[in-house]
Parts: sequence; C-alpha cells; structure tokens
Amino acid sequence: MTFNSEESLWLSGNEAIALGAWEAGVQVASGYPGTPSTEIMKNLSTYDGVYTEWAPNEKVGLEVAIGASFAGVRALATMKHVGVNVAADPLFTASYTGGRGGLVVLTADDPEMHSSQNEQDNRNYAFAAKLPMLEPSDPAEAREMLVRACELSEKYDTPVLFRITTRIAHVKGVVQKGSRVELAKPSIEKMPGKFVMLPALARARRVEVGKRMIALCDHAEILEENRVEDGELSQGFVTSGTSYNYIKEAFPDAAVLKLGMVWPLPAKMIADFAAKVDELIIVEELDPFLETHIKAMGIACKGKELIPAQGELNSYLVRKAIDPESIEEVFEPLELPMRPPNMCAGCPHRGLFHCLSKMKDVFVSGDIGCYTLGFLPPLSAMDSCVCMGASVTIAHGMAKALGKEGEGRVVSVIGDSTFMHSGITGLINSVYNDSNTTVIILDNRITAMTGHQNNPASGCNIKGEAANAIDFEELCRAVGVKRVTVVNPHDIDETRKVLKEEVAIPETTVVISRAPCALLPVVMKAKRPVYYTNTDNCTGCMACVNLGCPAISWNPITPEEAIERGYREKQKGYALITEVQCNGCGQCACVCKFDAITRKEEV
Amino acid sequence: MKQSGNILFSGVGGQGILLASELTAYAQLEAGFDVKKSEVHGMAQRGGSVTAHLRYGEKVYSPLIEPGKADIQVAFEEMEAARYLPYLHKDSAVVVNTQKILPPSVATGKASYPTGILDELRNRGIKVVALDAFAVARDIGELRTANVVMVGAMSNFLAVSPQIFLDVIDERVKEQFREVNKKAFTAGRDLVYA
Repeated sequence: MTFNSEESLWLSGNEAIALGAWEAGVQVASGYPGTPSTEIMKNLSTYDGVYTEWAPNEKVGLEVAIGASFAGVRALATMKHVGVNVAADPLFTASYTGGRGGLVVLTADDPEMHSSQNEQDNRNYAFAAKLPMLEPSDPAEAREMLVRACELSEKYDTPVLFRITTRIAHVKGVVQKGSRVELAKPSIEKMPGKFVMLPALARARRVEVGKRMIALCDHAEILEENRVEDGELSQGFVTSGTSYNYIKEAFPDAAVLKLGMVWPLPAKMIADFAAKVDELIIVEELDPFLETHIKAMGIACKGKELIPAQGELNSYLVRKAIDPESIEEVFEPLELPMRPPNMCAGCPHRGLFHCLSKMKDVFVSGDIGCYTLGFLPPLSAMDSCVCMGASVTIAHGMAKALGKEGEGRVVSVIGDSTFMHSGITGLINSVYNDSNTTVIILDNRITAMTGHQNNPASGCNIKGEAANAIDFEELCRAVGVKRVTVVNPHDIDETRKVLKEEVAIPETTVVISRAPCALLPVVMKAKRPVYYTNTDNCTGCMACVNLGCPAISWNPITPEEAIERGYREKQKGYALITEVQCNGCGQCACVCKFDAITRKEEV
Repeated sequence: MKQSGNILFSGVGGQGILLASELTAYAQLEAGFDVKKSEVHGMAQRGGSVTAHLRYGEKVYSPLIEPGKADIQVAFEEMEAARYLPYLHKDSAVVVNTQKILPPSVATGKASYPTGILDELRNRGIKVVALDAFAVARDIGELRTANVVMVGAMSNFLAVSPQIFLDVIDERVKEQFREVNKKAFTAGRDLVYA
C-alpha cells in the first residue's frame, strides 16, 4: 500500500483500531490497560465525540460497554487476553441479551508472552460463548474490520469479539482514512425479554443465540473478509490474523483461504477450497482452533503436526515447518550476558523489595505490574505471581493452610492499580475471614507498567483531567482493617522497621508504600539531589550494588589496584554511581554504612 | 534503487529506538515504498534489550524480519549489536554506537562485559561501522540526538536521498528540536562513507 499523506496515515494496529472505532460511530468505550491493548483506549480518548474511560477492571469495562449498547449507541470494551477471563461473566450472558447499539469486545492476545503470564488463545472464547469473532491481519484491516464488527453486531443482535495479537497491536503500517458514520441517538427502551436474564427468559434467548449462529454461518460464506486467493494447488493454506502474512511471505504463489472471521466458520467455502487443493494445511498461531473445527467438518488437513502450538510464528518458522529443505543456515547466537528488564533508577519499589529481601523467612505473594521485577536478582524478593489480585488471596490461603506456622511469615505485595482492579475483594475476604497476613500496597500513584495510565486512585481521568481519587487509607479502614500504616519506601530504615512490626501482628494489616513512579513527569521535572560515590570511603561491601539500581555499577579490581587505591588488599572492587542516570531517590545512601555515598550539594 | 530490505534496530529500552525507526520508516514511505514496522512495548521497555523490525518493499506482508535476512542493523549499544547475530547475513552492515550499558549481571559483578564483540561480527564478513554517537551529539550540543546521529550514519546504506530524511525531520519533529536533529542527522551521515 503506498503512502499518500492526504489520504493515508502511518499507524500502529492499536491506533488504527481507535480510528476505526471512531469512524464506526462508537460513542462509549471503556477498558482496563493491559499490554498489548493499552494504546487503543489511549488513542480513542483523544478523539472528539466519543466518551472514553479507564475502568478499574475488565469486567467493569465490559459492563459499561453493555450498558451503552442497551442505551442504543455503539460501544467498545478493550482488554488484554487475560482480561477476558475477568470479563467472562458478563460476556457469556451478553451473548444471550445482545444489545441495541453495536457492541465490540476487543481481546489483545500475546503469543510468546512478551508481557503476560500466559499465552491463552482467546479464539476459544468465541466458540465457548457462541459469539462471532473477527481477526485482522494488519493495521489497515484492523481499522476496516472494526467498522464491520459494529455492523455485524447490530445485524445479528450479538456482541462481536475482535481478536488482535501483539503483531497487530504493535505493528505499524499504512492505513487509509475514512469518514465517521452518522451517530445513533441514545434512548431508554425497556426490553425485558431481552435484557432481564432470569431463567425463563434466558431459555428463550438461548434459542435466539442458536438461530443467530446458524445465520452467521451462512453470512460467513459471503463475508468479504473471508476470501480465497488463487494460486498453486499442490498445497492450499487456511489461515487468519498475522499468520496470513507469514504464509504470503513464505509461499507467495500458493492458494490461500484467508479467514477474516474465525468464528463461526464458512463450512462450504472451506470444503470447496479443500476439494481444489492436493493438500490442505492450516497455519495458525497457538491452539489448533481452526484445525479442530475443520477436522470436525470431516475435512482432512494437516496443522499442528507441522506448525508449533506454542509461541509466535514468523515466516521463517512457517517455511521451516512446511518446506524444511528450503531453509538456509544462519549464524549461531553468541553467548552474552542476558539483559532482562529492570526497575528504573529511583524506582520506589526497589526500597520496599530491598527490605523484603532481608526477611528471608517470609513468603512474598506477588502480583502483576512493574514490581513483579522484584523477583529478579539481586533483590529476588517475590515468591509467587499468578494473576491480577491474586497476591492478597494466595497469601491468605497459604496462611490458613500454615496455621500457627504461618504467623508473621506471609505477606502480599500489590500495586495501586492492581489493588483497585481486584485486590480490594481479597482484602475484604482477609478481614472477614480473620487473616493474619500483611497486605503491602505499592502506591506509586499510576498504572506504570503499561505506560502511565491513570486509575481510580490517581486523581485524574483518562484524558488527564481532575477526577475523584480513592483514598487507600480510608478504603482499607472502611472494610475493617484496624492497622493501616503509610511508609516512604525511599526511607529504607523506617520501612524495615514498619514492615517488621506489622508483619508480626497476628491480624490483617495494611502497609501502604507510597512514593510516585520515578518516570512520572512531576517527578522527572522536580529538582532532585544527585548522589555520587566517594570512592575513597568505599569498602566494596556491595550493599548499594545489591539494590540492583541501573545507576550503580560494580568495578572489579586486582589486589595491586586495591593497594594503589588505598584499599585493603583483599577488596575486590568498588561501587560507582553513574550520575546522569541517578534519579536522586537516596536509597543507596540509606544502605551505605561507610559514608561512601553523598548528595552532590553536601560536598 | 534497492526494491526491498530489512532494517533491524536494537538497543536498550529508553535509548530512543522508537524515534530513530520512525524517521527511517517515514523516509522509506516518502520514497514510495510500503513499510511495516514491529515493536515490543510493555515489560521489554524497563531497561531490557529491545528491537524494532522495519521492512520495506513494493508490498510488505510480514512485520518481522526472518533470521539471516537483516540487511542493516542499527545497534544503539555495543553488546546489543551482537545479541541478534542470527538475524544477520554475511553481507549485512551493522552501524553501532560504541556506548556500553552494563546489564544487571555485569553491574552487580556477577558477569563481565564481553570484549571483542565487534570483531566477532567482522570475522563473519559483516561490515561494521562503529561510532561514538554520544560524542557527536555532545559536539552538536544536545545529547538526546544520539539516536538521530545513528540514523544519519545508517542512511549511507540506503538509496533514499538524505534530503528526504531532512524533510521528514522538518515534518515530524517538534519545531524547537528540528534544527538540532537535522544537524545530528547530517553529522552522522558525514561520519560514514559506505
């Protein structure tokens, strides 16, 4: 596609989806940040004529979108793949109610787990919840299909699932601009037979769901987005999403059946295509979703016996799987030190995890966010991480199992946004069921990991305008927590003292570790002290190095160099602060017992 | 003019890979190519090793470069020039900023920073252009333009005229940073004679 700045834009998949949603006349959109979906809401919030919000979690976001649809306007809910698990409850029943305005539920899957705890294939939700699902192959298609999704939703009275993956969301490509459709007028219309899902009414709606899916099967046969691309017939490929791109690169001359709608499937189109080709191969990332359903149609095909069922695909892997002889040798990788992500210089989480790392008998039940990096050495201070909100409840379950043994030995750590997402229900459970665990809320004032989205405690809405802010101390006290303590995690001595005291108390206690994210503009712009190393005083104890701050490095020396520098002969090295990287948090000065780290202005 | 190609950007999260790859993409678009670019956001940005894949041609489907198919690599950090060796081929050109950023295992004394990395590449026939982009950026008076210095150096390996890059900077960079970025591009470009 050529680029003409009059008519086209250079957009990521997520930007293109925001554009598509706006053009489709979406008037209400709600979501919870989660890689790789976050930028959709972020972009959509910059358009006029559409209400956008960050919801505290995906279930809330989807319910808000359902409400907007019930009021007769087009609506969108966005989430990452695991967010659909949270939103599954309303999703399965919204399948029965349908709506009035078009309702699109976007799931951003993460094959390869670039930024996720699992790589579930959410196409399975389409089958399980009896919903149509569209899947684009690139940003240009993503924009067009979002409009199509709204149309299908209204025509068939159904929510439409819209699935993207990391290589759609975070891929940039040329996208054509369109214009916005005429907006629907919202209204209240009482439709109890459709909207009140108690058993007798739900049974009637279940019949409608069955009819709708049959009608959608017929529509799948003529849907523009399902198409055959003619080519050589020795091998024919059925594919969808980003896998389509890999087939086009690896086998440009082959016949391809490209599915833009991956559920329900066009049975006749697939059967006709299968009859034309000598060998039918299904090329799809993750689960054998298309393969299983195509085999169930009685059509012979190959799939996962060739194509990996784990991780991302690419054109190389597809070629290697199908035509291994065409593969040329490539250079072997070199052995290099790994470079995993790390907490930033000045990150408040570091101080808290440093203190936890000294409490060796304590099990740290972790959660999802930047602070999950507290697991990595040298801090190594997180012992479990399952899903959003699970820190509080897993700690409680462990403590109940351990009984007396567990007293003073189980804590949970959870970020401000994650606590709002699903930590609060766990805390209520802990109070109600008399837990003896400590919940540490890492309140850095923002949803940091996904790139600084505001949340209900931040005091700003999605557009950055002032909003009501939840007060954590009041909230915790209101649910019945008697001991709520706030600490500044940069003050390591005080934090250690408070943690020791609160963890020892045999009841539910809350410690709020509060300091803003080091990357927040308000922190970046503030005048901060710069710390520097007075290397003459350094004894090589490594206390500061073991904070794992990217601004501090260890410099090994030989015994001769040690003597030359005036150190003891057996001193193995010294620490050095890279001043341009220092964010002035002062944690290193707190842990240095030898006056080797000082503020610049104190010199 | 070469009708298609693959450019791999590699470095450490926070080094400005995004802007460098964006300028390059816009220059290729202006030159009439189809372009796709793939990035990874989220967890990878916290000081971890990051890449951006840029592919251009008449029609580009896959946003990912295949192993053995990167024609040019722009490496913003020395070790990150070698981490993606399987993506290179013997005629690849690697433009590398000689800055060293210590990964956590090296910074905490558990491992040492490897030596002779660039020779490992040269020994395989790969053309390596090493430059100190920070020194160039410092001379220009704005350290943050090191990434654009790298784009300038890399542009020698592309058929797209340097004027297109300068026009893209005019169009896409905020007014107050335009002139300094154009200077950075030109300084980078003049460092290398491909």
